[in-house]
Amino acid sequence: MKKLIENILGVAKLKKVPYADIRIVRRQNEEIEVKNGKVEALIHDEDFGFGIRVLFQGTWGFACSSKVTRKEMEAVLGRALKIAKASSKAKGKEILFPSASPVTDRYRTPISIDPFDVAPETKIGLLLKADEILRRNKQVKISETFLGSYKTEKTFASTEGSYIEQEIVECGAGIAATAIEGNEVQVRSYPNSFRGNFATRGYEWIERLALADRAERVAEEASQLLKAKPCPSKTTTLILDSSQLALQVHESVGHPIELDRILGTEASYAGTSFLEPGMAGHFKYGSEWVNIVADATYPGGLGTFGYDDEGIKAQRVPILSHGMLVNLLTSRETAHHLGRESNGTMRADGWNRIPLIRMTNINLEPGEWTLDQMIADTEEGLFLTTNRSWSIDDKRINFQFGTEIGWEIKNGKLGEIVKNPTYTGITPKFWNSCDAIANRDHWQMWGTPNCGKGEPGQVAHVGHGAAPARFRNVQVGVMK
Amino acid sequence: MIKQGSAVHLLKKLVQESPADQTEAILLTEDSSLTRFAGSAVHQHVAERNQTVVLRVILGKKIAVVTTNLFQPSSVRRSLQKAISLAKVQQPNDEFISLPGPRSIPEIGTFSKNIGRLTPHQKVSMIKSLLRRAKEKGCKASGAFSNGEVVLAVVNSLGVEAYQKFSDLFLHLIVENEKSSGYASFVARDPDQLDVDALAQEAIGKISKAEPIQIEPGEYEVILEPYAVNELLSFLGYLGFHALAVQEGRSFFSNRFGEKMVDEKVTIYDDGLDPEGLQVPFDFEGVPKKRVTFFERGVAKEVTYDSFTAGREGKNSTGHGLIAPNTSGPIPINLLMKGGESSLEEMIQSVRRGIYVTRFHYTNVVEPMKAVITGMTRDGTFLIEGGEMTRPIKNLRFTESILKALSQVSAISKNRKNCSEGTVYSRRFVTGAVVPAVKIDEFNFSGVSSL
Repeated sequence: MKKLIENILGVAKLKKVPYADIRIVRRQNEEIEVKNGKVEALIHDEDFGFGIRVLFQGTWGFACSSKVTRKEMEAVLGRALKIAKASSKAKGKEILFPSASPVTDRYRTPISIDPFDVAPETKIGLLLKADEILRRNKQVKISETFLGSYKTEKTFASTEGSYIEQEIVECGAGIAATAIEGNEVQVRSYPNSFRGNFATRGYEWIERLALADRAERVAEEASQLLKAKPCPSKTTTLILDSSQLALQVHESVGHPIELDRILGTEASYAGTSFLEPGMAGHFKYGSEWVNIVADATYPGGLGTFGYDDEGIKAQRVPILSHGMLVNLLTSRETAHHLGRESNGTMRADGWNRIPLIRMTNINLEPGEWTLDQMIADTEEGLFLTTNRSWSIDDKRINFQFGTEIGWEIKNGKLGEIVKNPTYTGITPKFWNSCDAIANRDHWQMWGTPNCGKGEPGQVAHVGHGAAPARFRNVQVGVMK
Repeated sequence: MIKQGSAVHLLKKLVQESPADQTEAILLTEDSSLTRFAGSAVHQHVAERNQTVVLRVILGKKIAVVTTNLFQPSSVRRSLQKAISLAKVQQPNDEFISLPGPRSIPEIGTFSKNIGRLTPHQKVSMIKSLLRRAKEKGCKASGAFSNGEVVLAVVNSLGVEAYQKFSDLFLHLIVENEKSSGYASFVARDPDQLDVDALAQEAIGKISKAEPIQIEPGEYEVILEPYAVNELLSFLGYLGFHALAVQEGRSFFSNRFGEKMVDEKVTIYDDGLDPEGLQVPFDFEGVPKKRVTFFERGVAKEVTYDSFTAGREGKNSTGHGLIAPNTSGPIPINLLMKGGESSLEEMIQSVRRGIYVTRFHYTNVVEPMKAVITGMTRDGTFLIEGGEMTRPIKNLRFTESILKALSQVSAISKNRKNCSEGTVYSRRFVTGAVVPAVKIDEFNFSGVSSL
């Protein structure tokens, strides 16, 4: 492989290409999905190929192929150059792409048990056990359990002399119970909705989730929701659990701080941002309690890696400091807008996609409270947990979320369950209304394996650490 | 592009080598390119060549699926062995009856040789023309222009042999000035159908120099352009128009077939063979596409099936199987809504005070059984007063039941548009819906986007 890479980068240099990089990526996925006692999906997916990115005649070109041979690499380089040449006829401002010191390194996700070393029948057994417990509850009409294992081996090399090999291992699992009665359909999940929780960890992570131990409670809550009263429509105090808060951070902080969105290059698809580069250091995004970091180094985070796909080392950078916006997610090409160097967030969804600025682990730092103290200190409000739906506008200003379940808070105590809870808000107003964040004991990492961006579409795996937090004067019950 | 003989030979060989009771092999190839532009310059231009084989093997009633894009004979053989070894440890699925048998597939053309004309230079030249038109009006433009050649071949051990080559292109465009933005998009199989000037004009037509005003959320009469209607229909397809959702009791159709659920002006169906849409002659199981009508004059009628959901009910697949193992159900991908009698101008003239919506953004499900979704308006939202579009308004959030909205349709445009999001997240297989504009008497806006 190294010879193939050396050859193609040598060809690029001979053609006087100012900058070129190549990524060779092999991915292996195994997914098991059990529904109503039957293994509905048992899949093994293998994907291999390479992509070449060139900066030529002042513009980018990218081409890729699944045929990893010397001849094909030379053809693909030619295609990338042809594309760049064509694009140079409609180029914008000059691309400033600062050079980076060459790096030779290897990174491997630290794991105890490789999930691909665990027999499929062991995984199936684990899921079937949890599934059987879910179905003991007669109101549960759909039981679903899931387990996924993912391995990415990638080699990045550039004409600057970098040669970086990485092996990133991820896995995740979850269970869900759907209770149905007449036209009422209610879902509860563990540890999170949409297939569970995911991490850059080995199979030991799956074992620690103890899916079967939580199945009875999940089923019970789904059936309780069938009889629950609807979420009231009012403005009230809201306490969000850490899993819902993770998605709140994702949508209303993580995406708006992507500098490529801010500069408009995602305008035609995912949208832009209400932020401008000059707001870093000047904009009060949230209350003094809100501290958020982008941390690609956090052990086990789904957005944890060694180097980004431009060869920049993973970093931990503050984003919101006591509510003040202090930094953005940047790349080598965009960081100069802040007068800084890249903070290493360029990642591609495989060999056949170009790297984009992506969230790493965007974490809300813990506060001082316990959850019990927070609830006891709340006279009236709602406690909501586990995301069910999400929506936000193209500038990331107006959001609306739904969760699987909520509890009323009355006189400092949790009260009745409410079904179909929703809440809506305006991003900076919402974060400035935060007046309490739970402490490190309640803080947890959540993996978001389905972050969409870019054209052609790319799915990134990102992480969010959070502890429950309280927000004042939030509009809830946004239903007809 | 792999020819029919080679594709079928490759898949047949795999199927013949398989020791499984039943085997299905799918080949999906892609040769595509996508050019993105923003801030009136091309900033990303990519090209991809890939080919994937999906193997589904069945031992008794034990099913496993292996996907690979490694094509050396030893690699493909290893994938087959992997599939067999997984199937051996699988649990039997008693509800599985059989893979489909061979059926006659209609011969339709889904490939235009003209697609080859879309070289990188040609595309950039067309984009420059768009950018120039936007600049003449003092606007910036952003968007994506993609073209592709795709082969889908399906072979199974019961004799299914299906091969089709497709060409496709899609272009979507946003133009904006400091006050507003406008949107237009195009999708087709033949690039000769693309009129770049008309597309630019459509998006530029939404631009206003007036400051958008903020209006109070609430119930309004609305005119939804086809882009917005497409969004509503695709959610209905995902939530309830297919057999799996009905069988699991989570479809809004459950126990309501034969009931008038929406306005009688509403007829919605799926038809992969309709020449107005992006035709697809067979599904990912090699079953020919059948027209399926979901709402006929407002009455709930039928849903789509793949071989698995059809087997459960002793029926035949309607040709809506997606790539195995598909646990989401046979979601329709060639939706059409019947046009009405009105022109868009007449529909606007009939509104006393209402809102004109070009498209929705980031929609998501709030309550599946009532088909309640939420989302934002984007790129061309206007106030209509006294039958005229008077001024742009700030984007609004809606939270509304699609079924309730379709119960209050008071006019449908005669003209329909082929709408597509291009490819979303997965392998390239461009699909679209053919939809009219609609007028809805009451539509609920629940918030406004404003700092």
